Amino acid sequence: MITQQIFNGLALGMGYALIAVGYSLIFGILRLVNFSHGSVYAFGAQMAMIFIGLRFGIIPGLIASMLLTGVLGVTIDKLALEPLRKKKSIPIASLITTIGISNIVTNLLIVFFGSEKRAFPALFDFGTLQFGSIVISATQIGMCAVSLVLMLVLVGIVFYTKIGLAMRAAQQNPVAANLMGINVNFVVSFTFFLSGISAAIAGSLVGSYYQIVYPNMGFMAGLKAFAAAVLGGIGSLPGAIIGGLIVGVSESMAATVLGSTYRDSMAFIILLIVLIVRPNGLFGKKGITKV
Amino acid sequence: MTFLYKFESFVSKYRKILLLLMAALICLLPMGVNNQYFLTVIVKMAVYAMFGLGLNILTGYTGLVSLGHAGFVAIGAYASSLCAVKLGWGFFPSMLFGMVAAGLVGILLGLPTLRLTGTYLSIVTLGFGEIIKMVAMNWIPVTNGTLGVKNIPKPTLFGMKLTIANYGLYYLVVVALVICTIFCLVLVKSKTGRAFQAIKGDELASVMMGINTTYYKILAFVLSACICAAAGALYASLIGYVDPNTFNFDVSTLILSIVILGGMGTIRGMFLGAAILIALPEVSRFLMVYRFVLYGVILVVMMRFRPQGILGWKSQLPYQLSKLVMKRLKTAGTEEGGENG
Repeated sequence: MITQQIFNGLALGMGYALIAVGYSLIFGILRLVNFSHGSVYAFGAQMAMIFIGLRFGIIPGLIASMLLTGVLGVTIDKLALEPLRKKKSIPIASLITTIGISNIVTNLLIVFFGSEKRAFPALFDFGTLQFGSIVISATQIGMCAVSLVLMLVLVGIVFYTKIGLAMRAAQQNPVAANLMGINVNFVVSFTFFLSGISAAIAGSLVGSYYQIVYPNMGFMAGLKAFAAAVLGGIGSLPGAIIGGLIVGVSESMAATVLGSTYRDSMAFIILLIVLIVRPNGLFGKKGITKV
Repeated sequence: MTFLYKFESFVSKYRKILLLLMAALICLLPMGVNNQYFLTVIVKMAVYAMFGLGLNILTGYTGLVSLGHAGFVAIGAYASSLCAVKLGWGFFPSMLFGMVAAGLVGILLGLPTLRLTGTYLSIVTLGFGEIIKMVAMNWIPVTNGTLGVKNIPKPTLFGMKLTIANYGLYYLVVVALVICTIFCLVLVKSKTGRAFQAIKGDELASVMMGINTTYYKILAFVLSACICAAAGALYASLIGYVDPNTFNFDVSTLILSIVILGGMGTIRGMFLGAAILIALPEVSRFLMVYRFVLYGVILVVMMRFRPQGILGWKSQLPYQLSKLVMKRLKTAGTEEGGENG
């Protein structure tokens, strides 16, 4: 029973890890917690459902939703956040802006698609595997596999490509990066594009895991993924994976041990403990200003 | 901005007359309109202005952005209405109990969050709001779970039931709002208020100036929580029913929107912010579905074009020292003059 829950939690945690990566990418480069990320994730899931419903096939549908969500991320950056950076506003201003954007995106989704839960097709419909008493569904394996591949791709982009080098440079010192001929605004937009894509993939995977999507799905998932990102050390990609897995496992453990009404509070308890004990997270670098 | 200067000097010149006029208007308003729906909206505005004043102490003056203030409102509303319903307490002791409960929770929340700044603090408060909601949902023996608390009695004063119909509730809320406003005005001018503003301006510098930032940040949390809890108790008795979903994240965002729209760090702004944001859904029924979109748009647009809020101007008048300081300066001046002569 416990082992079963651990496996369920691992699959779920991979979904959280994918969302957490989006937070980490943007936090790394802008030192900004992008509150709109949860709503972008819900948008991605919703778009995936619609495009798959158009019957072009599952893969083209997913790709279309990924691109569209990436474009949404870039739009958010260009319309709302870049002007604030140009004005050199206080950090709180961008934080509040992202809260506002999250409100706008979620509620526009509700206006256009209704707030009810809709069925999402199962992406990995290949039955289940059984090891003794442990049942693992193909969806869980698929989720883990896709997440791992995506993580590897992201790590590859960040550490082994030219744009990744530019991202890391902009992360260390935006002004110096600009002087070296890096278009920092382009790099930031690209980061938003990447985080949008990973959010769309996470949305599709989690949507196919539960087989439902709804506009408000991003709120809780976004918060839990944020807890995961903080736990792993926000800004660190491996940290996001480990954090996501820990949050996912502890959530499904809490659901069995304490009862299902407590599952949503696990992430917050983890978040509070991490912030009190070790605000830099497991893999984080020093640098959070503590006064 | 000469217009602003003219306006401000006009206001400060005729301050007493304007205050009297406003007091008369507020007192006579219910007789004048005599419309229950309209009065309910006004009372709701006043309660939200109180929420705004509460959050403003924390966000506007101390610079700590809280995204979970609905949690404090919920504590106040639940504690007071449970005391009233289950223990049969009167309204005022219940409200006081709610304020104390929220204040204690404010200390509890303030303590761990002191290690954190900016975004991290906001996230923890957000989580706090959600945890309060979950406690309200799961602590069924006390809070009655998702069913909520029903039939919350209206406050009574000297045996008279205060309702909207006999204007009692209106006057009660107005008195509470006035007390709250005066408290905030005094607080801002006091040593404590100055410490809050110093922390917002530059925390490191205020530590250097000998301000105990830990103490003042917790104090800001507690005061903010108490005001919101008091307003929450009023709100509960106004709508007569609370359940966990009455105080969700949307309420927290709404309170934050009030503070930002009106002007962070101003008292006047809270009234305008609450008036606009509460009147908005009432006058724009046709926009109903877009209402929450509009809240988001307000946040984004305000941050982009006027981060200080609609009424967030800097005073153009010469800085006024308090009377006590002026008196001391005068006596010091004459003494000095005497020595020289």
